[in-house]
Amino acid sequence: MAVKVVIPTPLRQFAGKQESVNLEAATVGEALNALTSQFSDLKKHLYSDDGRLRSFVNVYVNDEDIRYLQKEKTAVQQGDTISIVPSIAGGCVGGAGRLYFSAEN
Amino acid sequence: MLVLKQQFIEQIRAHGARDYPNECCGALLGHDEEADRTVLGLVPLANQRDDSPRNRFSITSEDVRLAEKAAGAKGWELIGWYHSHPDSPARPSEFDREHAWPWYSYIIFRVEHGEPREMRSWRLDDSRTSYAEEGIEYIAGAPA
Repeated sequence: MAVKVVIPTPLRQFAGKQESVNLEAATVGEALNALTSQFSDLKKHLYSDDGRLRSFVNVYVNDEDIRYLQKEKTAVQQGDTISIVPSIAGGCVGGAGRLYFSAEN
Repeated sequence: MLVLKQQFIEQIRAHGARDYPNECCGALLGHDEEADRTVLGLVPLANQRDDSPRNRFSITSEDVRLAEKAAGAKGWELIGWYHSHPDSPARPSEFDREHAWPWYSYIIFRVEHGEPREMRSWRLDDSRTSYAEEGIEYIAGAPA
């Protein structure tokens, strides 16, 4: 199936500065694999070392979050749009956190 | 360099003071040029980390989409985020680094006992292993 994958602004520099990429895929997982095969620098920003999508990487098929569908096994149809949408998280030192920079600068 | 009008600085600091001792967060809208990035608007957002708001913040993908629409409606871009560090330095934590996106400007500012203090801006490098500090150029004037 020919689908469009929309690239979020922070990752466009790793996808030839394109806002979207057209790919052939049967599932969301296949589309993301095809995307990272074509643009390998995307992989570390989308996936953690254990091969899972990072928690702050959200993927929609048209307007549906794949978490509420079949996740990466969600089937896609001809002409579907797969959107990669960031969520944003962070926090200060404290609790389980530790300071990134250890010295004053 | 991140160019920031004084009025925006005051709005961001007021948000941090208001939400103290919890972390505050919001979106930065503006233009990204080759050398500089200029903030033209803010979207203060709700911290979705109800379980640990004193040292964690979270912005949902739905709120990110809203911020992008707000930027697009003005012909701007979503260029980054701000959040506060209550009683903690204005530097990225390991948790910040693990969850950061490249390209965005991340303003982090310290709020000490309810008083906003230093404000710094950071960008994650492409390898995801470190940040580069981004200078902030403060200019006078009201928001556009």
